Amino acid sequence: MTPLLSAHGVTVRYGSLAALDGVDLRLELGQRHALIGPNGAGKTTLLDVLGGRTRPAAGRVRLAGRDVTRLGPAARARRGVNRIHQRPAGWPTLTVRENVLVAALPRAAPTRRWWPGGARRAAARTTGAMLERVGLAGLGGTLAGHLAHGQRRQLEIAMALAGRPRVLLLDEPAAGLSAVEVEWLVEFLRVLPRSVAVLLVEHRLDLVYALSDTVTVLRDGRTLATGTPAEIRAAEPVRQAYAEGVA
Amino acid sequence: MPRALRALRRGITAVVLVGLVLAPSAVDDYTVALLARTLALGLVAVSVALLTGVAGLPTLGQTAPYAAGAYASVVVGGQLSDVGLVHLGVAAAAGAALAAATVPLVVSARGVVVLMITLAVGELVVTIVGRWRSVTGGTDGLAGIPPVRPLWGLPVLATDRARYLYALVVVAVLVGVVLLVLRTRVGLLLRAGRDDEARLRASGHRVALHVAGVHVAAGAVAGAAGSLLVVAQQYVSPADFGFDTSALLLLAVVIGGTWSVGGALIGAAIVIASRDWLFGVLPGQAPLVLGLAFVATVYLLPGAGHRPPAVRGRLLPPALTRRPVPDRPSPTGVRA
Ligand SMILES: Nc1ncnc2c1ncn2[C@@H]1O[C@H](COP(=O)(O)OP(=O)(O)OP(=O)(O)O)[C@@H](O)[C@H]1O
Ligand SMILES: [Mg+2]
Repeated sequence: MTPLLSAHGVTVRYGSLAALDGVDLRLELGQRHALIGPNGAGKTTLLDVLGGRTRPAAGRVRLAGRDVTRLGPAARARRGVNRIHQRPAGWPTLTVRENVLVAALPRAAPTRRWWPGGARRAAARTTGAMLERVGLAGLGGTLAGHLAHGQRRQLEIAMALAGRPRVLLLDEPAAGLSAVEVEWLVEFLRVLPRSVAVLLVEHRLDLVYALSDTVTVLRDGRTLATGTPAEIRAAEPVRQAYAEGVA
Repeated sequence: MPRALRALRRGITAVVLVGLVLAPSAVDDYTVALLARTLALGLVAVSVALLTGVAGLPTLGQTAPYAAGAYASVVVGGQLSDVGLVHLGVAAAAGAALAAATVPLVVSARGVVVLMITLAVGELVVTIVGRWRSVTGGTDGLAGIPPVRPLWGLPVLATDRARYLYALVVVAVLVGVVLLVLRTRVGLLLRAGRDDEARLRASGHRVALHVAGVHVAAGAVAGAAGSLLVVAQQYVSPADFGFDTSALLLLAVVIGGTWSVGGALIGAAIVIASRDWLFGVLPGQAPLVLGLAFVATVYLLPGAGHRPPAVRGRLLPPALTRRPVPDRPSPTGVRA
């Protein structure tokens, strides 16, 4: 079967350092795929390549069989590949509702395409639903720049989902969240519809094992192993990599 | 914004509007004609504010669509129709077409580079206008342009007062349209782009298309202003579109308008008034003073760190330069 999103022999170099060195990865429809590995393994770089932010020096990226290697982030977002951004939460001088609305617009699906304002109404419907879903419905009128850290993560998730993604790329979504917020996040990802495939970069192995059905281990820019959580837990090289790398 | 402040601002706006309507009966003909020309320039300033503040493209080149609009309406007036509305439509189309032609030059540039490119475009247009004698009368300009009638069946605008009121109505309507459009999805996307353009792209928006759209719309507004200029002074020459005009416009926008459409109009009025006052008190040095003011403007432009609070929907928060994309350095053989 053709994977939904796949990397084939992807290489990215920073000067003499190969951040990624011939990496293959398959993300299947509806999969919960975790990407783990020590610091500097190339996980973020791989998400950058899959999201279109970094163009690899060698290798290809395919989305549902189609070569998208040369497409930038905007074109990939329009094709349903969304990234959860960590650094800024959307657009700080816009309200929470406006943020989600803007994120929803490019892929808003009006019921009648030729009807003026249809896209906006569809986007507004999506916006309301997403704010409910992430629990920000009460904060629709707040400026995004005034949100607390955990709420920003919720906003980013709402924005990503408003773009009706087929693929969600998450880079350490639990970083900086309180225990309660992490619990919320895990529950949220657990009930996320299977129409969305998730590629999750996460250092916390408890979250990885709780959420994923497939795990890929990356080290020094190469894939070390891919398997079910149970297989990965048992694999010797993985333990070694972690013993050396991460606490 | 506090409610009291909003009410105060509404009150001031109302007083200014009433004052503008009543002005012609309080001052002499010369001043009325000057006010009409100021309105035309104020409308160009609005288009500069759209580009500089809203789209993040500080421009010295809005004199180009302004000139295109002016000469287009002269040509139409001579051969087709004496209806002001027709002139406005043709002038706006000419301004938009010229802006569309220069879109590839400006949409991917930023900040001071845009200033230089647009300056070159503006100067090029002025040069062409000066050489194309058969249409423009060359550097001598065209005098005695016949007056227009606003709409079919209405009388021609025979007095300075009538021409002023025509300009006032046109500017009010066009500024109203601009403000309304900025309240829609278009305004929302532009505000988002000013906050973080890379993030907008990451959501799947075609940012370059948005910028191109604003550029063309601003060209149309400046073109319409060109038609107003011709109506107001019944005379037009390349000197109306020279570098000093571009500089005054940018100065006007920095004074009143990078964050506001209404402020651009006020800025234009202040700049014209102080220019004329300066010519009175310092006959020799006025250009020097304006030149210094302009240098200060450009110097302040990229930094302009003190942002007035965002006033949503009506007036727009400032951003003179679009933020550079805060990315990691590109890996080899790669575009970020
Ligand atoms: N812009 C850059 N310039 C130079 N080197 C870079 C750049 N970005 C990443 N690297 C290097 O590439 C390698 C992979 O980095 P990457 O950020 O992908 O790792 P990671 O697996 O996400 O690590 P972490 O777990 O710390 O987030 C690292 O050695 C890093 O120092
Ligand atoms: Mg990382």
